[in-house]
Amino acid sequence: MQKKPPRHLPEESGQVPANGITRRDFFGMVWKALGILAALETAGMITTYFFSGKSKKLQTPKQLLEAGPVDSFGMNSVNAFMGGRFYLARQLDGGFIAISLRCTHLGCSISWEESKKRFICPCHSSAFDISGEVLNPPAARALDYYPVIIENGIVKVDISTLKERKTFRKDQLTYVQ
Amino acid sequence: MRSIFLHLHPLKISEQALRFDRTFGLGGMAALLIVLQIITGILLRFYYISSPAEAYNSIVFLKEQVLFGQFVRNIHYWSGVFLLLIAFLHFLRVFFTGAYRNARLVNWLFGLFILLLIVFANFTGYLLPWDQLAYWAITVSTNIIGYLPVFGESLRQALIGGRELNAGTLQNFFTFHTAVLPFLLIALVLYHFWRVRKVGGIMLPEPAEKPEMIPVMPNLVFKEFIVALVLLALVFLFAALFNAPLLDKANPAYSMNPTKAPWYFAGVQELLMHFHPFFAAFIIPLGVIVFLAWIPFLNFKDTPNGHWFISALGKQSSKATAIFSGVVTVAGILFNATIVNFEILLPGIPAMISNGIIPLSMLLLFMAGYYRFYLKRFSLSAAELVQVVFVFIMVAFIVLTITGIFFRGKDMELTLPWLM
Repeated sequence: MQKKPPRHLPEESGQVPANGITRRDFFGMVWKALGILAALETAGMITTYFFSGKSKKLQTPKQLLEAGPVDSFGMNSVNAFMGGRFYLARQLDGGFIAISLRCTHLGCSISWEESKKRFICPCHSSAFDISGEVLNPPAARALDYYPVIIENGIVKVDISTLKERKTFRKDQLTYVQ
Repeated sequence: MRSIFLHLHPLKISEQALRFDRTFGLGGMAALLIVLQIITGILLRFYYISSPAEAYNSIVFLKEQVLFGQFVRNIHYWSGVFLLLIAFLHFLRVFFTGAYRNARLVNWLFGLFILLLIVFANFTGYLLPWDQLAYWAITVSTNIIGYLPVFGESLRQALIGGRELNAGTLQNFFTFHTAVLPFLLIALVLYHFWRVRKVGGIMLPEPAEKPEMIPVMPNLVFKEFIVALVLLALVFLFAALFNAPLLDKANPAYSMNPTKAPWYFAGVQELLMHFHPFFAAFIIPLGVIVFLAWIPFLNFKDTPNGHWFISALGKQSSKATAIFSGVVTVAGILFNATIVNFEILLPGIPAMISNGIIPLSMLLLFMAGYYRFYLKRFSLSAAELVQVVFVFIMVAFIVLTITGIFFRGKDMELTLPWLM
């Protein structure tokens, strides 16, 4: 460490005030405080600059993808819609669910194994049943899904709203009215 | 030019400092590789286009149409690999010669930070080719970030600019890789060097008599020159013989099998195969980093002395621990993969406990037993004990990384490298 040069006292008074802080010390502290404040402001600005735009970009406008007429999907069947990044799965009881391609473990794309009637992730062998429920870890929660709307016998999928879930529940399915 | 280079050195140094096995020249090598990365990186930027539609094609163009295009890319790839390896070895060297305390404390912390920045620089560069390898490796790694508690998911989405990899991700990574990190690294590395100068050069054992001081020119400078040439030759040789990987263009609908994280994260990914993500991706890595940063603040009685492994006892206990750690890690991997998987064995209780707290406490119990029944007889000093813990962690990390890179095949099942 370098030695500090001897402190120059204010010439006119020639003595240190009772509290031990000279005018020079005081202004030194003010500058220091201003410097810290400026650094904090800059850091805050950069942080909000970085994060706020990133989250706004996520808000996509509502986008419906027409999958096809209800009758074209058999019971207990799965159809891939790679453009929409989902599988349209029709359960045994006729309920529809649009299951996201993205594995809930580490984000790889799952694929449908018709012979074993299950979704399988190539990355860490997580497996899911036709409703997206976990059959085999390491995945800890059921596959994400998109809301399905059925209008005039046409199945439509709202691909702008991804829904997360812990487990499969009946009310996630959409039925023909 | 000559005087600039000489200006980086003191006029004279202790003859002791010249012995190659004090440092193996690792810090200097790392600095040279950073320079090489910057030069080849700038060259690559003239052809690279940072959009998902064009990135892959621009690399193919570089490979096939540009004279020396493949060679420049290979140098950039291999010196990136070498840089990470050598920076890691440098970190080990500094630890094992005890060059991290008192006046060197700040530089130890800055060194750790630089190491993390080098990892991040490698990581952001990994995505840029936008091929299947890059796309899925970064998908998996950024999803690991998503498992951090509270802020994990928002950090992940901010980093990749969306829910899944997209054009914003590439732009983010490109900016970090070619603007933010190079500037930070240059500034911090210069500061790192300056601090070494400031404490009077590299760590040396306390001399019995006043050491002889000799001029750096030519004694040190010529040695550095030779090390630099050998290193460059090695990098160029690798670049000439082995091409940087480039698979098919990224296809978001089709995952590779297996999908592996970049090689330096293979250890964390391997840990993820055995522990709940909260432990594998957060608690354990954070614990290690905190431990490393906390080491120089420990109040040891004995002072660092610049000898490798502190003492003969230190060396002996480190060796034993390295073997113990290697055996425990390999056995743990095999045990968990083939015999007992707690998550499947105990489906009733939360995975956080069955796959987190239980295996972690078992590991700690093993370590305690090792200390109680073997290590205790050495009656190690505090510094030697910290060294033993350090050895345990590093060997485990290296074994996990090697397993992840070479012994994980299809479906991430354990396999042998030649069967992959």
